[in-house]
Amino acid sequence: MKARAVLSVSGLTKVYGETLAVDGITFEVEQNEIVGLLGPNGAGKTTTINMILGVLEATSGSISVDGLDLGLQRSKALSRTNFAAVYAPLPGNLTVYNNLRIFGMIYGVKHLSDRIDALLSQFDLERFRNTKCGVLSSGEQTRVALAKAMLNSPKLLLLDEPTASLDPATAREIRVTIREFAGQGSGGVLWTSHNMYEVEEVCDRVLFLSKGKILLEGNPKTLPREYGKETLEDLFITVAREPLTLDIA
Amino acid sequence: MNPKRTAAVVLRQYYLMRNSLSRVLPLFAWVGIDMVLWGFITRYLNSVASPGFNFVPAMLGAVLLWDFFSRVMQGVTMAFFEDVWSRNFLNFFATPLTISEYVGGLVASSIATSSVGLMVMLVVTTFAFGLSFLSYGLLVVPFLLVLFMFGIALGIVGSGMVLRLGPASEWFVWPIPALLSPFAGVFYPLETLPGWMQYISHILPPSYVFEAMRAIVAGRPVSLGSLGLSAGLAVLYIAVASWFFTRMYRHAVRTGLIARYSAETVS
Repeated sequence: MKARAVLSVSGLTKVYGETLAVDGITFEVEQNEIVGLLGPNGAGKTTTINMILGVLEATSGSISVDGLDLGLQRSKALSRTNFAAVYAPLPGNLTVYNNLRIFGMIYGVKHLSDRIDALLSQFDLERFRNTKCGVLSSGEQTRVALAKAMLNSPKLLLLDEPTASLDPATAREIRVTIREFAGQGSGGVLWTSHNMYEVEEVCDRVLFLSKGKILLEGNPKTLPREYGKETLEDLFITVAREPLTLDIA
Repeated sequence: MNPKRTAAVVLRQYYLMRNSLSRVLPLFAWVGIDMVLWGFITRYLNSVASPGFNFVPAMLGAVLLWDFFSRVMQGVTMAFFEDVWSRNFLNFFATPLTISEYVGGLVASSIATSSVGLMVMLVVTTFAFGLSFLSYGLLVVPFLLVLFMFGIALGIVGSGMVLRLGPASEWFVWPIPALLSPFAGVFYPLETLPGWMQYISHILPPSYVFEAMRAIVAGRPVSLGSLGLSAGLAVLYIAVASWFFTRMYRHAVRTGLIARYSAETVS
Protein backbone atom coordinates (compact mmCIF):
# COMPACT_ATOMS: atom_id res chain seq x y z
CA MET A 1 0.00 0.00 0.00
CA LYS A 2 1.34 3.42 -0.97
CA ALA A 3 2.24 5.73 1.91
CA ARG A 4 0.28 8.93 2.29
CA ALA A 5 1.84 12.01 0.68
CA VAL A 6 2.81 14.77 3.12
CA LEU A 7 3.57 17.05 0.19
CA SER A 8 1.89 17.08 -3.20
CA VAL A 9 3.09 19.55 -5.80
CA SER A 10 1.26 19.68 -9.10
CA GLY A 11 2.12 21.70 -12.21
CA LEU A 12 3.98 24.27 -10.11
CA THR A 13 5.19 27.22 -12.19
CA LYS A 14 6.83 30.51 -11.30
CA VAL A 15 7.49 33.23 -13.84
CA TYR A 16 9.44 36.40 -12.95
CA GLY A 17 8.78 38.87 -15.75
CA GLU A 18 10.06 36.95 -18.76
CA THR A 19 12.12 34.47 -16.73
CA LEU A 20 10.66 31.03 -16.20
CA ALA A 21 12.12 30.04 -12.81
CA VAL A 22 10.06 26.91 -12.19
CA ASP A 23 8.41 25.16 -15.09
CA GLY A 24 5.36 23.08 -14.22
CA ILE A 25 6.96 20.62 -11.81
CA THR A 26 4.97 17.80 -10.22
CA PHE A 27 6.19 15.60 -7.39
CA GLU A 28 5.29 14.17 -4.00
CA VAL A 29 7.00 13.54 -0.69
CA GLU A 30 5.56 10.61 1.23
CA GLN A 31 5.46 9.86 4.93
CA ASN A 32 8.79 8.61 6.30
CA GLU A 33 10.52 9.60 3.08
CA ILE A 34 13.47 11.92 2.53
CA VAL A 35 13.49 13.42 -0.94
CA GLY A 36 16.53 15.28 -2.21
CA LEU A 37 15.92 18.28 -4.43
CA LEU A 38 19.13 18.64 -6.42
CA GLY A 39 20.32 20.93 -9.13
CA PRO A 40 22.88 23.57 -10.03
CA ASN A 41 22.66 27.12 -8.72
CA GLY A 42 19.70 28.89 -10.28
CA ALA A 43 17.90 25.64 -11.13
CA GLY A 44 14.83 26.69 -9.12
CA LYS A 45 15.32 24.77 -5.86
CA THR A 46 14.97 27.70 -3.46
CA THR A 47 12.16 29.19 -5.56
CA THR A 48 10.32 25.87 -5.19
CA ILE A 49 10.94 25.77 -1.43
CA ASN A 50 9.80 29.38 -1.03
CA MET A 51 6.54 28.54 -2.81
CA ILE A 52 5.99 25.52 -0.56
CA LEU A 53 6.63 27.77 2.46
CA GLY A 54 3.98 30.22 1.24
CA VAL A 55 6.37 33.19 1.02
CA LEU A 56 6.29 33.20 -2.77
CA GLU A 57 3.11 32.98 -4.81
CA ALA A 58 3.12 30.47 -7.64
CA THR A 59 2.16 31.69 -11.09
CA SER A 60 0.19 28.47 -11.52
CA GLY A 61 -0.09 25.00 -10.06
CA SER A 62 -1.02 23.73 -6.63
CA ILE A 63 0.67 22.69 -3.39
CA SER A 64 -0.89 20.65 -0.63
CA VAL A 65 0.67 19.78 2.71
CA ASP A 66 -0.72 16.74 4.49
CA GLY A 67 -3.84 17.02 2.35
CA LEU A 68 -4.34 20.74 3.01
CA ASP A 69 -4.28 23.08 0.02
CA LEU A 70 -1.71 25.79 0.73
CA GLY A 71 -3.60 28.41 -1.27
CA LEU A 72 -6.91 27.79 0.50
CA GLN A 73 -5.80 26.78 4.00
CA ARG A 74 -2.48 28.55 4.31
CA SER A 75 -2.29 28.81 8.09
CA LYS A 76 -3.34 25.20 8.73
CA ALA A 77 -1.00 23.86 6.06
CA LEU A 78 1.95 25.86 7.41
CA SER A 79 1.26 24.71 10.98
CA ARG A 80 2.23 21.23 9.73
CA THR A 81 5.37 22.48 8.00
CA ASN A 82 8.68 23.81 9.23
CA PHE A 83 12.02 24.64 7.70
CA ALA A 84 15.67 25.44 8.20
CA ALA A 85 17.74 27.29 5.65
CA VAL A 86 21.20 28.82 5.73
CA TYR A 87 19.82 32.09 4.38
CA ALA A 88 17.17 32.40 7.12
CA PRO A 89 18.96 32.54 10.49
CA LEU A 90 16.87 33.21 13.57
CA PRO A 91 17.04 36.79 14.92
CA GLY A 92 20.52 37.27 16.33
CA ASN A 93 19.39 39.77 18.99
CA LEU A 94 17.37 37.15 20.88
CA THR A 95 18.63 34.19 22.87
CA VAL A 96 18.25 30.61 21.73
CA TYR A 97 15.51 30.06 24.33
CA ASN A 98 13.69 33.30 23.41
CA ASN A 99 13.59 32.34 19.74
CA LEU A 100 12.40 28.80 20.41
CA ARG A 101 9.72 30.09 22.79
CA ILE A 102 8.39 32.62 20.24
CA PHE A 103 8.30 30.18 17.34
CA GLY A 104 6.89 27.46 19.57
CA MET A 105 3.97 29.76 20.43
CA ILE A 106 3.44 30.62 16.76
CA TYR A 107 3.34 26.93 15.84
CA GLY A 108 1.02 26.19 18.79
CA VAL A 109 3.38 23.64 20.35
CA LYS A 110 1.89 21.94 23.41
CA HIS A 111 3.99 21.57 26.59
CA LEU A 112 6.37 24.06 25.02
CA SER A 113 8.87 24.32 27.89
CA ASP A 114 9.40 20.55 27.91
CA ARG A 115 9.69 20.49 24.14
CA ILE A 116 12.31 23.25 24.16
CA ASP A 117 14.31 21.41 26.85
CA ALA A 118 14.20 18.21 24.80
CA LEU A 119 15.37 19.97 21.62
CA LEU A 120 18.14 21.86 23.42
CA SER A 121 19.39 18.50 24.64
CA GLN A 122 18.94 16.76 21.28
CA PHE A 123 20.92 19.40 19.40
CA ASP A 124 23.52 19.87 22.14
CA LEU A 125 22.46 23.46 22.73
CA GLU A 126 21.87 23.43 26.50
CA ARG A 127 24.92 25.57 27.24
CA PHE A 128 23.72 28.16 24.71
CA ARG A 129 20.20 28.36 26.15
CA ASN A 130 20.62 32.00 27.23
CA THR A 131 23.11 33.00 24.55
CA LYS A 132 22.06 35.40 21.81
CA CYS A 133 21.88 33.62 18.47
CA GLY A 134 23.94 36.36 16.81
CA VAL A 135 27.08 35.45 18.74
CA LEU A 136 26.92 31.72 17.97
CA SER A 137 29.16 30.17 15.33
CA SER A 138 27.51 29.40 12.01
CA GLY A 139 27.40 25.71 12.89
CA GLU A 140 25.74 26.43 16.23
CA GLN A 141 23.24 28.73 14.50
CA THR A 142 22.43 25.92 12.09
CA ARG A 143 21.70 23.62 15.03
CA VAL A 144 19.39 26.27 16.54
CA ALA A 145 17.60 26.60 13.18
CA LEU A 146 17.18 22.81 13.09
CA ALA A 147 15.84 22.80 16.66
CA LYS A 148 13.32 25.47 15.59
CA ALA A 149 12.44 23.37 12.54
CA MET A 150 11.67 20.38 14.78
CA LEU A 151 9.60 22.34 17.34
CA ASN A 152 6.20 21.36 15.99
CA SER A 153 7.21 17.84 14.87
CA PRO A 154 6.21 18.86 11.34
CA LYS A 155 4.57 16.60 8.81
CA LEU A 156 6.71 18.27 6.18
CA LEU A 157 10.25 19.36 6.99
CA LEU A 158 12.01 21.54 4.43
CA LEU A 159 15.77 21.69 4.72
CA ASP A 160 17.72 23.96 2.40
CA GLU A 161 21.40 22.96 2.67
CA PRO A 162 21.07 22.24 6.40
CA THR A 163 24.62 20.93 6.86
CA ALA A 164 26.39 23.52 4.71
CA SER A 165 28.20 25.19 7.62
CA LEU A 166 28.68 22.18 9.88
CA ASP A 167 31.88 20.27 10.59
CA PRO A 168 31.85 16.65 9.35
CA ALA A 169 31.18 15.15 12.78
CA THR A 170 28.25 17.46 13.53
CA ALA A 171 26.94 17.06 9.99
CA ARG A 172 26.89 13.29 10.47
CA GLU A 173 24.96 13.67 13.74
CA ILE A 174 22.46 15.94 12.04
CA ARG A 175 21.97 13.44 9.22
CA VAL A 176 21.29 10.72 11.77
CA THR A 177 18.79 13.00 13.55
CA ILE A 178 16.97 13.78 10.31
CA ARG A 179 16.88 10.10 9.38
CA GLU A 180 15.42 9.29 12.80
CA PHE A 181 12.84 12.03 12.34
CA ALA A 182 11.76 10.59 9.00
CA GLY A 183 11.89 6.99 10.22
CA GLN A 184 10.07 7.27 13.53
CA GLY A 185 7.24 9.74 13.06
CA SER A 186 4.81 10.35 10.25
CA GLY A 187 6.69 13.20 8.62
CA GLY A 188 8.55 13.54 5.36
CA VAL A 189 11.55 15.64 4.41
CA LEU A 190 12.41 17.68 1.34
CA TRP A 191 16.17 18.25 1.40
CA THR A 192 18.43 20.32 -0.80
CA SER A 193 22.18 19.88 -0.70
CA HIS A 194 25.20 20.18 -2.93
CA ASN A 195 26.97 17.43 -1.00
CA MET A 196 26.31 14.35 -3.14
CA TYR A 197 27.87 11.98 -0.60
CA GLU A 198 25.36 13.25 1.94
CA VAL A 199 22.46 13.00 -0.47
CA GLU A 200 23.34 9.41 -1.31
CA GLU A 201 23.55 8.55 2.39
CA VAL A 202 20.37 10.28 3.50
CA CYS A 203 17.84 10.51 0.68
CA ASP A 204 15.43 7.77 -0.34
CA ARG A 205 14.76 9.47 -3.63
CA VAL A 206 16.20 12.42 -5.54
CA LEU A 207 14.77 14.90 -8.02
CA PHE A 208 17.23 16.58 -10.37
CA LEU A 209 16.08 20.08 -11.24
CA SER A 210 17.52 21.90 -14.23
CA LYS A 211 16.27 25.21 -15.60
CA GLY A 212 13.10 24.89 -13.54
CA LYS A 213 12.19 21.38 -14.73
CA ILE A 214 12.54 18.00 -13.09
CA LEU A 215 15.00 16.27 -15.39
CA LEU A 216 15.59 13.01 -13.50
CA GLU A 217 14.06 11.20 -10.58
CA GLY A 218 15.04 8.03 -8.75
CA ASN A 219 17.02 6.25 -6.08
CA PRO A 220 20.33 8.10 -5.49
CA LYS A 221 22.17 4.79 -5.11
CA THR A 222 21.10 3.38 -8.48
CA LEU A 223 20.36 6.48 -10.54
CA PRO A 224 23.97 7.22 -11.62
CA ARG A 225 24.41 3.78 -13.21
CA GLU A 226 21.06 4.04 -14.97
CA TYR A 227 22.55 6.99 -16.84
CA GLY A 228 26.02 5.53 -17.32
CA LYS A 229 27.73 7.50 -14.57
CA GLU A 230 29.99 6.28 -11.80
CA THR A 231 28.77 8.53 -9.01
CA LEU A 232 25.93 10.85 -8.12
CA GLU A 233 28.39 13.73 -8.38
CA ASP A 234 29.23 12.79 -12.00
CA LEU A 235 25.52 12.70 -12.75
CA PHE A 236 25.03 16.09 -11.05
CA ILE A 237 27.80 17.66 -13.14
CA THR A 238 26.30 16.26 -16.33
CA VAL A 239 22.86 17.58 -15.40
CA ALA A 240 24.40 20.97 -14.63
CA ARG A 241 26.59 21.28 -17.75
CA GLU A 242 25.39 18.92 -20.46
CA PRO A 243 21.81 17.93 -19.72
CA LEU A 244 21.13 17.23 -23.39
CA THR A 245 23.70 14.40 -23.41
CA LEU A 246 21.58 12.39 -20.98
CA ASP A 247 19.46 9.65 -22.44
CA ILE A 248 16.14 10.67 -20.91
CA ALA A 249 13.14 8.69 -22.07
CA MET B 1 -7.36 34.86 14.66
CA ASN B 2 -5.23 32.92 17.13
CA PRO B 3 -4.43 35.09 20.22
CA LYS B 4 -1.45 32.91 21.13
CA ARG B 5 0.28 33.76 17.87
CA THR B 6 -0.42 37.47 18.41
CA ALA B 7 0.99 37.09 21.93
CA ALA B 8 4.16 35.60 20.41
CA VAL B 9 4.69 38.80 18.38
CA VAL B 10 4.25 40.86 21.57
CA LEU B 11 6.53 38.54 23.53
CA ARG B 12 9.24 39.08 20.92
CA GLN B 13 9.04 42.84 21.60
CA TYR B 14 9.16 42.23 25.34
CA TYR B 15 12.27 40.06 25.01
CA LEU B 16 13.91 42.76 22.89
CA MET B 17 13.02 45.55 25.34
CA ARG B 18 14.09 43.66 28.42
CA ASN B 19 17.67 44.58 29.31
CA SER B 20 17.97 46.89 26.29
CA LEU B 21 18.54 50.46 27.44
CA SER B 22 18.63 51.71 23.83
CA ARG B 23 15.07 50.45 23.36
CA VAL B 24 13.62 51.35 26.76
CA LEU B 25 15.04 54.87 27.05
CA PRO B 26 13.29 56.29 23.95
CA LEU B 27 9.94 55.13 25.34
CA PHE B 28 9.98 57.96 27.84
CA ALA B 29 13.16 60.05 27.52
CA TRP B 30 12.22 62.22 24.55
CA VAL B 31 8.62 62.76 25.57
CA GLY B 32 9.82 63.59 29.09
CA ILE B 33 12.27 66.17 27.72
CA ASP B 34 9.52 67.56 25.47
CA MET B 35 7.23 68.02 28.46
CA VAL B 36 9.95 69.81 30.44
CA LEU B 37 10.79 72.10 27.51
CA TRP B 38 7.17 72.99 26.74
CA GLY B 39 6.36 73.20 30.43
CA PHE B 40 8.86 76.04 30.84
CA ILE B 41 7.73 77.69 27.60
CA THR B 42 4.11 77.72 28.77
CA ARG B 43 5.16 78.96 32.21
CA TYR B 44 7.05 81.82 30.55
CA LEU B 45 4.12 82.61 28.25
CA ASN B 46 1.81 82.74 31.28
CA SER B 47 4.13 85.29 32.89
CA VAL B 48 4.25 87.66 29.88
CA ALA B 49 0.75 87.27 28.44
CA SER B 50 -2.31 89.07 29.70
CA PRO B 51 -3.74 87.46 32.84
CA GLY B 52 -6.73 85.16 32.52
CA PHE B 53 -5.48 82.82 29.85
CA ASN B 54 -3.67 79.68 30.99
CA PHE B 55 -1.22 78.33 28.42
CA VAL B 56 -0.62 75.13 30.36
CA PRO B 57 -3.79 73.26 29.38
CA ALA B 58 -3.87 74.90 25.93
CA MET B 59 -0.27 74.37 24.82
CA LEU B 60 1.34 71.86 27.16
CA GLY B 61 -1.78 69.68 26.95
CA ALA B 62 -1.63 69.92 23.16
CA VAL B 63 2.03 68.88 23.07
CA LEU B 64 1.27 65.98 25.39
CA LEU B 65 -1.58 64.75 23.20
CA TRP B 66 0.48 65.15 20.01
CA ASP B 67 3.44 63.31 21.54
CA PHE B 68 1.07 60.53 22.58
CA PHE B 69 -0.17 60.22 18.98
CA SER B 70 3.44 60.16 17.68
CA ARG B 71 4.43 57.51 20.23
CA VAL B 72 1.50 55.29 19.23
CA MET B 73 2.49 55.50 15.58
CA GLN B 74 6.15 54.85 16.34
CA GLY B 75 5.17 51.98 18.64
CA VAL B 76 3.76 50.15 15.62
CA THR B 77 6.55 51.05 13.21
CA MET B 78 9.37 50.34 15.69
CA ALA B 79 7.96 46.87 16.38
CA PHE B 80 7.81 46.30 12.62
CA PHE B 81 11.33 47.64 12.07
CA GLU B 82 12.68 45.09 14.53
CA ASP B 83 11.71 42.43 12.01
CA VAL B 84 13.20 44.48 9.17
CA TRP B 85 16.51 44.95 10.99
CA SER B 86 16.84 41.31 12.02
CA ARG B 87 15.71 40.01 8.60
CA ASN B 88 12.97 38.02 10.25
CA PHE B 89 10.28 38.16 7.55
CA LEU B 90 11.09 34.78 6.03
CA ASN B 91 11.05 33.13 9.47
CA PHE B 92 7.77 34.79 10.49
CA PHE B 93 5.80 34.61 7.26
CA ALA B 94 6.67 30.96 6.56
CA THR B 95 4.75 30.05 9.73
CA PRO B 96 0.99 29.78 10.44
CA LEU B 97 1.07 33.43 11.56
CA THR B 98 -1.56 35.40 9.63
CA ILE B 99 -1.30 39.06 8.63
CA SER B 100 -4.07 40.06 11.07
CA GLU B 101 -2.30 38.22 13.91
CA TYR B 102 1.01 39.86 13.01
CA VAL B 103 -0.43 43.39 12.75
CA GLY B 104 -2.45 42.72 15.92
CA GLY B 105 0.84 41.95 17.67
CA LEU B 106 2.37 45.20 16.44
CA VAL B 107 -0.67 47.15 17.69
CA ALA B 108 -0.64 45.41 21.09
CA SER B 109 3.08 46.20 21.41
CA SER B 110 2.33 49.82 20.63
CA ILE B 111 -0.37 49.96 23.32
CA ALA B 112 2.20 48.84 25.87
CA THR B 113 5.02 51.14 24.74
CA SER B 114 2.87 54.24 24.23
CA SER B 115 1.24 53.74 27.64
CA VAL B 116 4.67 54.02 29.24
CA GLY B 117 5.27 57.30 27.40
CA LEU B 118 1.83 58.62 28.37
CA MET B 119 2.37 57.79 32.04
CA VAL B 120 5.72 59.59 32.11
CA MET B 121 4.26 62.65 30.35
CA LEU B 122 1.34 62.78 32.81
CA VAL B 123 3.65 62.55 35.79
CA VAL B 124 5.98 65.31 34.52
CA THR B 125 3.23 67.70 33.44
CA THR B 126 1.07 67.14 36.52
CA PHE B 127 3.73 67.36 39.20
CA ALA B 128 6.15 69.82 37.58
CA PHE B 129 3.79 72.16 35.74
CA GLY B 130 0.36 71.65 37.28
CA LEU B 131 -1.40 70.36 34.16
CA SER B 132 -4.53 68.52 35.21
CA PHE B 133 -6.14 66.16 32.75
CA LEU B 134 -9.25 66.49 34.89
CA SER B 135 -9.68 69.99 33.44
CA TYR B 136 -10.65 68.37 30.12
CA GLY B 137 -13.29 66.30 31.91
CA LEU B 138 -14.40 62.95 30.53
CA LEU B 139 -13.70 64.15 27.01
CA VAL B 140 -10.05 63.26 27.54
CA VAL B 141 -11.09 59.64 26.91
CA PRO B 142 -12.31 60.21 23.32
CA PHE B 143 -9.35 62.57 22.77
CA LEU B 144 -6.88 59.80 23.58
CA LEU B 145 -8.93 57.18 21.76
CA VAL B 146 -9.08 59.15 18.49
CA LEU B 147 -5.37 59.97 18.61
CA PHE B 148 -4.57 56.36 19.46
CA MET B 149 -6.61 55.00 16.54
CA PHE B 150 -5.14 57.48 14.06
CA GLY B 151 -1.62 56.71 15.34
CA ILE B 152 -2.27 52.99 14.80
CA ALA B 153 -3.56 53.66 11.27
CA LEU B 154 -0.49 55.71 10.33
CA GLY B 155 1.83 53.15 11.94
CA ILE B 156 0.31 50.39 9.81
CA VAL B 157 0.57 52.55 6.66
CA GLY B 158 4.22 53.37 7.46
CA SER B 159 4.99 49.68 7.96
CA GLY B 160 3.28 48.84 4.66
CA MET B 161 5.36 51.48 2.89
CA VAL B 162 8.59 50.02 4.22
CA LEU B 163 7.44 46.50 3.35
CA ARG B 164 6.86 47.67 -0.21
CA LEU B 165 9.86 49.98 -0.71
CA GLY B 166 12.55 48.21 1.31
CA PRO B 167 14.54 48.82 4.51
CA ALA B 168 16.03 52.16 3.44
CA SER B 169 12.57 53.68 3.07
CA GLU B 170 12.06 53.84 6.84
CA TRP B 171 13.30 57.41 6.50
CA PHE B 172 9.91 58.25 4.94
CA VAL B 173 8.11 57.10 8.07
CA TRP B 174 9.85 59.12 10.79
CA PRO B 175 8.77 62.62 9.60
CA ILE B 176 5.07 61.74 9.09
CA PRO B 177 3.88 63.27 12.43
CA ALA B 178 5.90 66.46 11.76
CA LEU B 179 4.41 66.70 8.26
CA LEU B 180 0.88 66.39 9.62
CA SER B 181 1.23 68.71 12.62
CA PRO B 182 0.70 72.01 10.73
CA PHE B 183 -2.57 70.65 9.31
CA ALA B 184 -3.76 69.20 12.61
CA GLY B 185 -3.80 72.60 14.32
CA VAL B 186 -1.97 71.37 17.39
CA PHE B 187 -1.13 74.88 18.62
CA TYR B 188 -3.58 77.14 16.78
CA PRO B 189 -7.23 77.17 15.65
CA LEU B 190 -7.86 75.75 12.18
CA GLU B 191 -9.25 79.10 11.03
CA THR B 192 -5.66 80.39 11.21
CA LEU B 193 -4.84 78.22 8.21
CA PRO B 194 -5.44 79.15 4.57
CA GLY B 195 -8.46 77.54 2.94
CA TRP B 196 -6.61 74.73 1.13
CA MET B 197 -4.90 73.66 4.34
CA GLN B 198 -8.21 73.64 6.19
CA TYR B 199 -9.59 71.16 3.65
CA ILE B 200 -6.78 68.77 4.57
CA SER B 201 -7.31 69.48 8.28
CA HIS B 202 -10.92 68.36 8.03
CA ILE B 203 -9.92 64.88 6.93
CA LEU B 204 -7.44 64.52 9.80
CA PRO B 205 -9.02 63.17 13.03
CA PRO B 206 -6.51 64.93 15.37
CA SER B 207 -7.62 68.37 14.14
CA TYR B 208 -11.07 67.80 15.71
CA VAL B 209 -9.45 66.73 18.98
CA PHE B 210 -7.33 69.89 19.21
CA GLU B 211 -10.29 72.11 18.29
CA ALA B 212 -12.33 70.45 21.04
CA MET B 213 -9.48 70.80 23.52
CA ARG B 214 -9.21 74.55 22.81
CA ALA B 215 -12.98 74.91 23.15
CA ILE B 216 -12.82 73.38 26.65
CA VAL B 217 -9.95 75.66 27.68
CA ALA B 218 -11.83 78.72 26.37
CA GLY B 219 -15.02 77.64 28.13
CA ARG B 220 -16.91 77.10 24.88
CA PRO B 221 -19.16 74.09 24.22
CA VAL B 222 -17.54 71.11 22.50
CA SER B 223 -19.15 69.73 19.37
CA LEU B 224 -19.73 66.07 20.18
CA GLY B 225 -20.77 65.54 16.55
CA SER B 226 -17.31 66.66 15.40
CA LEU B 227 -15.65 64.34 17.88
CA GLY B 228 -17.86 61.50 16.66
CA LEU B 229 -16.86 62.34 13.09
CA SER B 230 -13.17 62.23 14.04
CA ALA B 231 -13.64 58.83 15.68
CA GLY B 232 -15.43 57.59 12.56
CA LEU B 233 -12.62 58.90 10.37
CA ALA B 234 -10.01 57.21 12.58
CA VAL B 235 -11.84 53.86 12.34
CA LEU B 236 -12.08 54.30 8.57
CA TYR B 237 -8.33 55.01 8.37
CA ILE B 238 -7.53 51.86 10.36
CA ALA B 239 -9.59 49.84 7.88
CA VAL B 240 -7.86 51.53 4.92
CA ALA B 241 -4.43 51.07 6.52
CA SER B 242 -5.09 47.35 7.11
CA TRP B 243 -6.19 46.97 3.50
CA PHE B 244 -3.05 48.83 2.35
CA PHE B 245 -0.71 46.64 4.45
CA THR B 246 -2.39 43.47 3.18
CA ARG B 247 -1.96 44.69 -0.41
CA MET B 248 1.72 45.42 0.18
CA TYR B 249 2.20 42.00 1.77
CA ARG B 250 0.50 40.26 -1.15
CA HIS B 251 2.67 42.19 -3.56
CA ALA B 252 5.76 41.08 -1.63
CA VAL B 253 4.61 37.45 -1.74
CA ARG B 254 3.73 37.62 -5.43
CA THR B 255 7.07 39.12 -6.44
CA GLY B 256 9.24 37.18 -3.98
CA LEU B 257 10.26 40.31 -2.06
CA ILE B 258 9.53 38.67 1.32
CA ALA B 259 12.16 36.02 0.66
CA ARG B 260 14.68 38.54 -0.72
CA TYR B 261 13.81 41.57 1.37
CA SER B 262 17.34 42.86 1.84
CA ALA B 263 17.59 43.27 -1.95
CA GLU B 264 14.92 46.04 -1.58
CA THR B 265 13.56 45.28 -5.05
CA VAL B 266 13.11 42.17 -7.13
CA SER B 267 13.50 43.92 -10.46
